[in-house]
Amino acid sequence: MIVAGIDVGGKNVHIVIKKDGQIIGKGTSPTGIKKAEAVEALYEQVLKQAGLTRKDVERVVATGSAAKRVAFANGSISDIAADARGVIKLFPNARTVIDVGAEEGRSIKVSPEGKILDFAINDKCAAGTGTFLEAMSRALEVSVEEMSKIAFDSTKAIPMNAQCAVFGESEVVSLIHQKTPNPDISRAVMDAIAGRMGSLARIVGLEKDVVVVGGMAKNEGFVDSLKKNIEIPVIVPDDPDYMGALGAAEAALAGVLE
Amino acid sequence: MAQQEKPVEFWRWPETNWVNPDVDWKKGKWITTGVDVGSVSTQAVVMVDGEFFAFGNTRTGSDSPNSARKGMDYALEKTEMKIENIDYCIGTGYGRVNVPMAQQSITEISCHARGANFMYGPEVKTVMDMGGQDCKVINVDDRGKVLNFMMNDKCAAGTGRGMEVFADLIRVPVWDIGPRSFQIKKQPPPISTTCVVFAKSEVVGLLEQGVSENEIMAAYCSAMAHRIMELLNRLGVKEKFVITGGIAKNEGVVKRLEKELGIKTAEQVWANPKYRKKNYPFDTQLAGALGAALFGQAFLKMGKAKSVRKTGIVE
Repeated sequence: MIVAGIDVGGKNVHIVIKKDGQIIGKGTSPTGIKKAEAVEALYEQVLKQAGLTRKDVERVVATGSAAKRVAFANGSISDIAADARGVIKLFPNARTVIDVGAEEGRSIKVSPEGKILDFAINDKCAAGTGTFLEAMSRALEVSVEEMSKIAFDSTKAIPMNAQCAVFGESEVVSLIHQKTPNPDISRAVMDAIAGRMGSLARIVGLEKDVVVVGGMAKNEGFVDSLKKNIEIPVIVPDDPDYMGALGAAEAALAGVLE
Repeated sequence: MAQQEKPVEFWRWPETNWVNPDVDWKKGKWITTGVDVGSVSTQAVVMVDGEFFAFGNTRTGSDSPNSARKGMDYALEKTEMKIENIDYCIGTGYGRVNVPMAQQSITEISCHARGANFMYGPEVKTVMDMGGQDCKVINVDDRGKVLNFMMNDKCAAGTGRGMEVFADLIRVPVWDIGPRSFQIKKQPPPISTTCVVFAKSEVVGLLEQGVSENEIMAAYCSAMAHRIMELLNRLGVKEKFVITGGIAKNEGVVKRLEKELGIKTAEQVWANPKYRKKNYPFDTQLAGALGAALFGQAFLKMGKAKSVRKTGIVE
């Protein structure tokens, strides 16, 4: 059976196509303003690369903040459900999922059976999200990738006062004026995001294994700060940003729709 | 070669200063100043024997001491007064501990309460200060003393800085947003996201959909009014209700807030009939600095503070 999972997030669309449990196609592109068009274009592209046509796909499940924009989906599941489903499939021992996306942070507690026991979401505030990091990267004029690397060269921990991304930008500018080295500022930013996510995770309770997913999980500097904040080792899957799409594909395979 | 155009800064509001022509400061016994160094703007107010004498309202720069000096110089610009002629100076606001010419500092909460009492009169019960980087609701007594307060200083939503970011995004001067937000056929639903950063993407999306700029301004102003309501509801509002700070000048937010609250804000005029008659400038951003200067007057009179004036006044 061929199924597709489509995750339409605040920043990026991710698509995974599975055949009999194997991933046979995947792709990502920016969500942009015209979300439906972005989904359509990426879906065509991924199908083409996998040598498939739309008719070959038996079931499509959407997820993400703009899941409703996938007009051709057979159904949709929540981001939380997609995360839990995707993570448990890959890591049966996972009990806590921390998902840090572009515009949302989530922490989910899952049972050994993969049931969602509890969760906490921040979708109101850019603090603790990828958007926060991007805003700081613009203020610092250092790329997000570079910040991730140089954060490891930091020699001094500087706590950021600002939680708000708007105020954070001014704080980064004043740190630059104070001649604070870029590695220390980068580390301060990573620590700030990790601090917010750590608090969110503590709301639902932290239990091993902790799996970190979402676009921010690709940022090693952030993951390092998060580990120090929660004081528990974490697992980062390959392609952590595809977890939502993967979970949606799993739901399609199981025939579970909300 | 094409001439490089200087980028327009839509958030940049004009700086102002003023000197009272009816006061001869050289005959004054006590000259006090209040310097309010906020995150976005800095005000300096000079008082002579309890009379409003001069002010400067400027933008805060990258460091507090220089911003305080700039505000003070601007206030004194049209007077012949020198820093040495001042008896006592009190710093307030976000950068209050970094005011080089100040003898002491007082929190902006106390100063705004005191300043609002002087500006609007003793009937004021609730003061909301909508500053650049925070928003405070303060319940006060008839002498301008703080009874209780509540503040949001964690989030840019519902602050002056949030409005500036919005002005820059929509490319409309910040003082035009209020009036233009009423030039609409129908009030649109408020911007749904709280966070200023997310609101930016929402606004870009609305522009893309062809929603008119004026309607988007209306949607943003009502979102801000709604956001402030949460804080007001928690502390409780009593009339006479006044708003101080920069956002008080934005009718787009103020009128929508009044509608949602069911309470009118007091008219922005001096309680003092003489000031009203003489048409002295009434600037809601001055409340903090004015309050600080008033504290200085009171301290000197009660002997709680000593004058630091270095030079005698030359007749």
